[in-house]
Amino acid sequence: MTITIINLLILLTIPFFMMGIIKKTKAFWAGRKGVSILQPFYDFLRLMNKETVYSETTSWVFKLTPMIMFSTVIFAALFIPLLTGEAIINVPFSFVIFSYTLSLGKFFSLISALDTGSSFEGMGASREACFSTIVEPAFFIAMGSVAALTKVNSFDNLKMIAENAPVYGILIIALLIITLFIMLLIEGCRVPVDDPATHLELTMIHEVMILDNSGADLGFISWSSAIKMFLFEALIASLIIPKGLAPVISIPLFLGAILLLSVMVGTIEAITARFRMTHVFEFVFIMSITALLILTLVTYGIYGN
Amino acid sequence: MNWTVIENNQKINISQIPAITIEQLRNDYNRLKYRLIGFFGKKEEENTRLYVVLCDDNEGKIYVSSIVFSRDVKSYEALTKDFPAFHNFEREFYEEFNIEPLNHPWLKPLRQNQDKYSFFEMKGEEVHEVAVGPIHAGVIEPGHFRFMCQGEKVYELEIMLGYQHRGVEELLIKSKFNNRLAESVCGDTVIGHNLAYSQVMETLTDTQITDKAQIIRRIALELERIAVHIGDMGAISGDMAYLMGASIFGVTRTLVINTMLEISGSRFGRGLIDVGGVNFDIDETMQEKIISMLKEVEKTVDKVTKIMLKKSSCISRMERTGIVTKEQTQTIGAVGMAARASGMMLDSRIDLKDKFYNLDYIKFNASGDVHARFNLRYLEIKQSIEQIKDFIKILKEYKMEKLKVPYGVISSNSFAVSITEGWRGEIVHCVITGKNGELVRYKVKDPSFNNWYMLSLAVRNNGISDFPLCNKSFNLSYCGNDL
Repeated sequence: MTITIINLLILLTIPFFMMGIIKKTKAFWAGRKGVSILQPFYDFLRLMNKETVYSETTSWVFKLTPMIMFSTVIFAALFIPLLTGEAIINVPFSFVIFSYTLSLGKFFSLISALDTGSSFEGMGASREACFSTIVEPAFFIAMGSVAALTKVNSFDNLKMIAENAPVYGILIIALLIITLFIMLLIEGCRVPVDDPATHLELTMIHEVMILDNSGADLGFISWSSAIKMFLFEALIASLIIPKGLAPVISIPLFLGAILLLSVMVGTIEAITARFRMTHVFEFVFIMSITALLILTLVTYGIYGN
Repeated sequence: MNWTVIENNQKINISQIPAITIEQLRNDYNRLKYRLIGFFGKKEEENTRLYVVLCDDNEGKIYVSSIVFSRDVKSYEALTKDFPAFHNFEREFYEEFNIEPLNHPWLKPLRQNQDKYSFFEMKGEEVHEVAVGPIHAGVIEPGHFRFMCQGEKVYELEIMLGYQHRGVEELLIKSKFNNRLAESVCGDTVIGHNLAYSQVMETLTDTQITDKAQIIRRIALELERIAVHIGDMGAISGDMAYLMGASIFGVTRTLVINTMLEISGSRFGRGLIDVGGVNFDIDETMQEKIISMLKEVEKTVDKVTKIMLKKSSCISRMERTGIVTKEQTQTIGAVGMAARASGMMLDSRIDLKDKFYNLDYIKFNASGDVHARFNLRYLEIKQSIEQIKDFIKILKEYKMEKLKVPYGVISSNSFAVSITEGWRGEIVHCVITGKNGELVRYKVKDPSFNNWYMLSLAVRNNGISDFPLCNKSFNLSYCGNDL
């Protein structure tokens, strides 16, 4: 019970720090001092105190979406291993529940963007939907392969790859890290896929979809986006941390991994330009390729010998 | 003779300007192949006289002529359909004098009556329309952009401006010798417009300013070029989400404009130039400061540009984005840095044989895309730095000369043209005076007036998400167009 509460607390607070660290890293590379790493939290508080404005053209979908987005990420988070390496709810095929819960949230964010009737938001929605169609199969191929290899179909299997595939397991883990990291960049809308810092409506993907949101709604959307990114960082972290470590070691390792991944995201953002929209798809396809490689390796492992 | 030939900064009596017909203009323009730099009307009691100014870039001569429309003539056959370079000029003339160019393919409001503007429309199931502006997300000037797209691809961009129309030309007529007003024609080209204004007024008053003042003015003009080009390179980096470029170029630009602050008390050089000379000297300590600042700027710009032009993610964003071919550039009559990036040899500092400059056209791969415009900015910064170093060397010889001389009286019934190469391109100021030496017509042409259409051409068949990048690579002025 205490572990569940600690996990929930971690889930709700760490994403703010994670965003702060990314901002700090970018500032470091730009030679600036940067804002405090608590700034995303202050921003959230500021938004909570603001009035929410609704456009006259929007319907109930637009008003409901921020809460749906927030609750779906929280629900999805229950199925993945967090601080202690164990998921809060451990059921079979949890990766399917995880993926489709997030998709539900995304679906609502898409129709909410269309609900505003703005031509910008429609473009953002179409871009976001396009990426999802590539991301989803790749994620299932990768996770399905791991499930086939370990014969465990919850996220616990991430820690069981090495013991099931002694020789090429390390390769599978490496490919999975790449797959999940690209997915993190896409779902988190970071450079080189999207530019979270831009003010240019025509180039945005995620940001343009929430142009009409304000006040508490916007606060919840930003919070849930941060949590969503944290979930992918947590998945990668649980891949790298070995199974069966004492909490004294595994908890600092987990937090260290989150810190490292956030610094990586910030660094990538500072030293690369964003891809041209047509090239973003090529980048997203890398994820499909690594997922298919995992499938090939697993097939070889099961039937090859 | 259909044309009177003059040089830059030369005045003539208006009686020396011949009168021709529209058909003669059509034939001459076709035959001479000179570039149109002025096409503006003036009320003359009953009639309207249309002044036409052409520039022969090879010889550095300016050709002036005029066409008289008597009161009952309300239309003429448009020149735009044969020569697209007349496009905006004819729209402007129609708007101001209500003489209609018949069969003009794009006769829409230019600066006024935006509510009557009818946009080009494409029909089709998958065509969608995106309207941007007039108020934009960044803190920039107002302007409306209308895209016709299929998916991510832009078929047509229509630009509607005029929100910044302040009546600059009328104001310049009302207040004589008002350099502060000329500086505000276009806020990012303070030195450029002020220089053109001062030169045209000095021409009209037969004022011979000292060489020292001439050189200080040119140093300021080149400093402005360096500062804006660096700022634009930073903005281009920012639009590609290349953080490093955006921040370092931003810091470097500050070095340049802070030096301008030390010279003139304004970071943009406001108050530096006045009719008759300059208000501030560049003494030896200041000369050293400029030289050491330029050294540092050159080092930083070199370093960052080299990194960026080697970085695949940056090159991939810039190359083949927003291409305008040399042919298109020539046809629409685009000018300045953007035209040079498409391979045009067009620089009034060189063409009009300014005696202080020793410049040559920069040789580079003028591919007409964002990459070329980025690269040309870098090369022009380097060229300007060398030029300023040369100016400072000469400046030492004129130590004893005066900064400012008193100006004379404006000559009556005169016509004068002054062309200055601002950082964006050629700035043309034309003035006509009346019989008592009062100004009766002041015409300003900012390079943006020619180049906005170039942006429309650049984004055709590009992704709509590349529009901001294309836009920044031109960095055109709204108020320069709207006046």
